[in-house]
Amino acid sequence: MSAVALEAAPVRSVARERWRAALRSPTLIVGLLILGFWIVCAIFGADITPHDPYADDLLATLSPPSASHWFGTDQLGRDIFSRVIVGARDILIVAPLATLLGTVLGTALGLGIGYFGGVLDDVASRIIEALQALPLVIVALMALAAVGTSNVTVVLVIGFVFTPLIARTVRSAVLNETDLEYVAAARLRGDGALAIMFIEILPNVLPIAIVEMTVRLGYAIFFVASLSFIGFGIQPPSADWGIAIAENYSLIGNYWWTVLFDAAATASLVIAVNLVTDGLAAVFDS
Amino acid sequence: MKDAAAKAPGADALRFEDLSVSYRSGRRERRVLSGISLAIRRGESYGLVGESGCGKSTAAFAAIRYLARNGRVSGGRIFVDGQDLMALSALELRRLRTRSVSMVYQDPGRALNPSLRIDRQMMEVFEVAEGISGAAALARSRDMLARVQIASPERVLRSFPHELSGGMQQRVIIAMALSTHPALLILDEPTTGLDATVEAEVLDLIAGLRAELDISILFISHSLAVIGRMCDRVGVLYAGELVEEGPSSRVFGNPRHPYTVGLMRCVPAYGRRKNQGPLETIPGFLPAPGSISGRCVFVERCGNATQRCSQAAPPPVGLDGHLSRCFYPDRALELPRQGATTPPGAITPPGAITPARAITPARADGAEMAPPSAPPAVPLLHTRHLSKTYLISGKPFPAVHDITIDLRQGETLGLVGESGSGKSSLAKLLLGLSVPDAGSVVQLSGETLPPRAEGRTPGQLKALQIVFQNPGAALNRSQTVRRLIGRSLRLVGLTGRAAESRLREIAASVRLTERHLEEKPRQLSGGLKQRVGIARAFAGGPKIVVCDEPTSALDVSVQSAILNLLVDLQAQRQVSYLFISHDLNVVHYLSDRIAVLYLGRLMEIGPSEAVFAGPHHPYTEALLSANPSLDGPATQRIRLEGELPNAANLPRGCVFHTRCPRKLGDICEREEPPLAPAGPAAEGHAIRCHIPADRLAAAQSVSSDPRPKLAPPPG
Amino acid sequence: MILRFLGRRALLSLITLAILSVIVFLGGQLLPGDVGRAVLGPLADARAVAVFNHQVGVDRPLAVQYWDWITHFVVGDMGRSFTFRAPVAPFVGAALLNSMKLAALAFVMVVPLGIAGGVWAALRVGRWTDRALVLLGQSLGVVPEFISSIVLILMFGVWLHWLPMSADWPEGAGPLTQLKYLILPSLPLVLVFFGYIARVARAGTVEALDADYTRTAVLKGLPMATVMRRHVLRNALLPTITVIASLLGYLAGGLVVIETLFHYRGIGALIYSAARAKDFPMLEAGVLTVGAVYALASVLADLLSATLNPRLRVGRT
Repeated sequence: MSAVALEAAPVRSVARERWRAALRSPTLIVGLLILGFWIVCAIFGADITPHDPYADDLLATLSPPSASHWFGTDQLGRDIFSRVIVGARDILIVAPLATLLGTVLGTALGLGIGYFGGVLDDVASRIIEALQALPLVIVALMALAAVGTSNVTVVLVIGFVFTPLIARTVRSAVLNETDLEYVAAARLRGDGALAIMFIEILPNVLPIAIVEMTVRLGYAIFFVASLSFIGFGIQPPSADWGIAIAENYSLIGNYWWTVLFDAAATASLVIAVNLVTDGLAAVFDS
Repeated sequence: MKDAAAKAPGADALRFEDLSVSYRSGRRERRVLSGISLAIRRGESYGLVGESGCGKSTAAFAAIRYLARNGRVSGGRIFVDGQDLMALSALELRRLRTRSVSMVYQDPGRALNPSLRIDRQMMEVFEVAEGISGAAALARSRDMLARVQIASPERVLRSFPHELSGGMQQRVIIAMALSTHPALLILDEPTTGLDATVEAEVLDLIAGLRAELDISILFISHSLAVIGRMCDRVGVLYAGELVEEGPSSRVFGNPRHPYTVGLMRCVPAYGRRKNQGPLETIPGFLPAPGSISGRCVFVERCGNATQRCSQAAPPPVGLDGHLSRCFYPDRALELPRQGATTPPGAITPPGAITPARAITPARADGAEMAPPSAPPAVPLLHTRHLSKTYLISGKPFPAVHDITIDLRQGETLGLVGESGSGKSSLAKLLLGLSVPDAGSVVQLSGETLPPRAEGRTPGQLKALQIVFQNPGAALNRSQTVRRLIGRSLRLVGLTGRAAESRLREIAASVRLTERHLEEKPRQLSGGLKQRVGIARAFAGGPKIVVCDEPTSALDVSVQSAILNLLVDLQAQRQVSYLFISHDLNVVHYLSDRIAVLYLGRLMEIGPSEAVFAGPHHPYTEALLSANPSLDGPATQRIRLEGELPNAANLPRGCVFHTRCPRKLGDICEREEPPLAPAGPAAEGHAIRCHIPADRLAAAQSVSSDPRPKLAPPPG
Repeated sequence: MILRFLGRRALLSLITLAILSVIVFLGGQLLPGDVGRAVLGPLADARAVAVFNHQVGVDRPLAVQYWDWITHFVVGDMGRSFTFRAPVAPFVGAALLNSMKLAALAFVMVVPLGIAGGVWAALRVGRWTDRALVLLGQSLGVVPEFISSIVLILMFGVWLHWLPMSADWPEGAGPLTQLKYLILPSLPLVLVFFGYIARVARAGTVEALDADYTRTAVLKGLPMATVMRRHVLRNALLPTITVIASLLGYLAGGLVVIETLFHYRGIGALIYSAARAKDFPMLEAGVLTVGAVYALASVLADLLSATLNPRLRVGRT
C-alpha cells in the first residue's frame, strides 16, 4: 500500500540496520556457528584430534562408539571421531575455491553478455541452456573421466560448470540495470563500455552475485561430496567424509557408526552454509 | 449482529466516524489516518484529494475493509450503506462486497486476471451476486459492456485482458463494478496512468453513468482538476487528516485551509507563462505519518502559522458544511507567496550552500525571459528527415517518422503527444542513445552529429544532455551525490580543486546542501533526486538539455519547485530545452514553441501562443479539450474514437484519420497531408491537415465556450 | 498462434541439442587426448593403442568423426561400447526405462507434496510456520542424495526392516514388488526436490495473492475457494510447471549417485560405470540421451504453460 510511502524522512544507514537485524536472526547465528566449527576443524586438523586419524589399530577394528572412541572405529581400527574432524579439510578447500572460480568468471561473463546483448547474448544463452540440460554430476563425470581426477581438476571442473550458471543470474541482473537510465547517462558523458560495466553496473549487481555465490557454495559442497562418494572427487588417503562413506557403505547393515557420523557431518556442513545463505539473502534483499 | 445488518432507510452510502488507521512496521505503529469523519450521501459524488502519502488510498481500502496485512483500523467506525463494517462477519462482509460496494483502481491492466477471458471474469460477478449463470449471466455481461459504451461487447467478452487497450480494460472494470448496482462505488485514481484523451473519455463515462444510475461515488485523486470536475463535495487530506471539506465549488472557489491554497497555486494555471513569474511551491516536506500530535499538521510548512498553531491542533470549524482545520480560515487566501524567490533556507534544511550568485530577481520583470531574439542563420540544433523504424512482430513500425525541426539557443521547444507518439524515441535519437534510420540528419550548430553517443566527441556529448523522467532510475544507487555529479565533470576535463569548486557551484545552483553531497539516492526524496539529475545534466555546461517528463513522477508541490529551477537555470545559462510532457499546462508554462506528435509524425508546430490560440490540428484540439484544468476555458469536448493504431494496422494517408473527429473523407485515407502554414500571417505555425487553416479556425471558434471560473486567478 | 509458438520452441530446442551434442562429443573424444591411451592405460603397448584408435575410428579428423557419430546417433545407432563390444543402444534403452520408473515414482510423490507445501506456506506468509517450512525445504534441498540415502537406509532398512535396502528386485517380480523396491531409492529424490518445488509454488502464490486481480476477485465478493482456485492458483502455479520440467535435468545427476548406491540398472548407473571404465561411446550416448530427455521435457512444459497462459500464446516471448 502506497499510503506509507514517504516523500520526506530519508532512511539513514539502512544497511547497518539490516546487518543488525540479520545478526539477530537465529538461523544466521546457528549457521555461522556450525560453519565456524568446521572451519576450525579444517584449519587445525590432526592437531586437535584425540587420536591420530590415520593410525591403524588392528586390535580394535569396527568397535562401536565408546568412551575412548566416541564415534567408534573403522575397518582398520582408525578413530572415526578424529577422522570426521580431519575430514572437513579437503572439502572446505576444494568447494570454496571452485565456487570462487565460478563466481569470478561467471560475473565477468554475465556482465559482458548482459551489457553488450545482441548476438553475443543469443549465442551465449544457447550454450548456457545446452549446458543446463546436463546435470552437473554428469558433466563432472565426463570431464573427470576424460582428464583424470585430482583436487585441482575437481576445482576447475566445478568452477567451469558453475560459470554459465552464475553468468545467467548476473546477466539477468545486468539486463535489469541496463534498462535504468543511469546507464544512458553514463554513455552520455562519454564513459566507455568497460567503465560502465565495472564502475557503474557491477556495484549494483554485486549483492546478487554474492548471494548467488553463497548459494553455489552450498551446491559445491553438495557436488564435491557426491563426487568423492562415487570416486570422482577428492581421492584417498584423504579422510574426506564422502570417501569414508563409500569405503564403509557395505558395512552399513552391522556397523552403522562407520557411515552415520560422516553423513551427519556432511549434512551439518551443507545445512550450515544454507542457513548462512538464507541470512545473507535477507540482508541483501530489498 | 442484527442491528448492524439492518439497513437504516436513507442511510449514508459511506460514513467514517472519527476513523483512524495504523500500519505496523517493525515494532512501530504508524498512524496514517487520524480522526477522519465524513459522510457520502446517497447519489452524491465525494472527492478525496491530496498528495502521495497523505492517506487517500488507505481511506479507500478502509471503506471496503481491505487493508494491507500490517494495517488495522485503530479507532472510530465505518458504515457502508448503514452497516457497521467492522462488526460484519466474514460472510456478511462478502455479501456486502458482492452487492453494496464496488471498487475501481489504478492500473486496470493488473486488476484483471491475465489468464482468464473477460466473459469468465464478468460472469462470475452475476453468478455470485444473483445466482444466475450460463447464457443468462453472459447476456447480462453483454448488456453491461454495452452500457459502458463498448462498441463490440462480443469481441471484448472473448478477449483476454492483454488484448485490450488500457482505456478498454478500465471500461470493463467499471462495467464489472457497476454490474450489481452497488450503493457505493469507490474510484481510486481510476484514470491515473491513462493518456489524457482516454482519461477524458473515462471521466465522461463515469459522469454519465452516475447521472443514469444514481450511485454514490468516493472519488480519489491527486488531481484537483479531476476532482473539481467530477465531485459535488470534496475533502482535502493532508498527513492523514481531513484538513478541509466542503462543496467543490466553495472549496476550490474560496479555500479556507492554507494547504488547499498552496496545492491550487502549485499547478500552473491555464495559460500561464514562465515570463509571468515563478510558480508557487509549498516549502518543506510531508511529516512522517502519525509523527505530529498536539499541533496543526501543516504548521511546519504554513506561511500563516502563529504560535497558537504549534500549541494546539485546530478543530474542524466552519459553517454550511464547509469545514477547515485551521485557526485562521479567513486568512487562507492571504498565504504568502512561496515561489522561487524564497530564500533557499526556507526550502532546504540549514547548512545550505549559498548560491553562487543571486538568480531570481531578474525574473520579476520578465525581461530575461522574453523569447530569444531573431534566429541566427544556423540553428543550434537541427534535424532533417529524422526517422526511426522498429520491427514489431516482423512488421515495420515508424516510432519517429521524418521529423524536421530546429531549436534555437535559449529557446524551449515543448514536445507534446500521448504515449506511443514518439516523444521519448525522438529524444533518444537526438542524444545518440538509439540509432536513427539511414538518411536522418541531426546537426549541432550546423555540424552533423554521429548517430551513436559513443561516436561523438566530448564537446558534442557535453552540449547535449538529458534530465530523465524517473530520477530513481536515472541515478546510480551505489554512488553518492558527489560522485554522481562529479563523474559528469570529468567530461569537461575538470579535476582536483577546479572540479570541486565547480561541483559546489552546480550543487548550490540546484539548491542541494553540503549534506546532500555525501548521501546516496535512496536517502533523498523524489524532488531532491530530480535536483541531482538536473545538476548532472548541467554539470558539463550543456547547450541543450532534453527534459523527458521531468516532473511527471513528482507531486505537484515538488513539480512547481523543479519547474521554477529549470526556468531559473535557463535564464542564467541560456540553454535550450527540449521539454517533453503530457501536461499541456506545464508545457505551455515553459515552452516558447510547441511541437505536437502523433504516431511518430509531427502534426503541428508553432509558437506556444499560436498553438494554444488556434487554429489547431484536430489532434491538438482533442488534446486541449481533454486537458483537465480547474480554471481554463472548457471547449466543447472533442473526443477521439477508436484506439491508437499499432504496427499491424498502421493507417495509410493521414495517420490520424482513423480517430479524427473532423475527417474530411477519402482524401484523408489516401494522402498524407503536408505540414502547411496555419494561415497567411502565421509565423512558424504549421499544421499537417487537409483542412485549410481558416476552416479549422472557423470550426473551432464555434465550439469554444469559456466556463465560469471556479478559482480566483492565482497569478 | 500456438503452433507457431511451439514451432519456435522446438527449433530452439533442436539448436540447443545440436550444441549439446558438440559439447558431449568434444567431452568424450577431445578431452581425454589420446582415447586409446586413456582406455588401455599407461602401460599398454604404443602399437596396441594405435590399433585401438584405428579400430574405433578416433584417428580420423574431428569433424568427420562428429558427423559420422551424430548422423548415426539420430537414427538410433549410438555406436559400440568399448567394454561390451556390442551396440550401445539397447543398454541405453533399457537403462532409460528403469530410470523413468524411478523418476516417475519420485515425481508422483514430490510434485503434489511440493505444491501443497508451497501453497500452504504462502497462505501463512511471514508466520513462523511459513519460515520453518521454507528453511526445512531449503535445507533438505542441499543435503546430497547419498547422505539422505544413508540415513533412510539406516532407518527403514537396517533398523525398522520395512523396506529392502537395494533396488535390485528378484527376477520376474510383479509391479507391486518392484514398487516396494523402488520406494526407498525414490525418497532421497523427493527430499531434494521438495524444497525446490515448494519454494517456487510459494513464491508464485504469494505474488498472485498480492496481485491486483486477486484483490478484484475478493472485492467482487467471490467465495475464498473460488478466489483461490480460479484466480490465485491458476496464475501462481504457472512458473512451477517450468521448474518441474527443469528438475528433470537435475534428476539424472541425482540418479547417478542413487542408482549406484541402490544397485539399480538405470541411466545414471550406466553413465557412472561407463565413466569408470572409460567407455566413451557408452558415456556419450547416455549423456546425450539425458540431454534429449531434458530438452523434450522443457518443450512439453512450455507447451503446457502456453496453453494455460494466454499471454505467451501471442508468440512474442
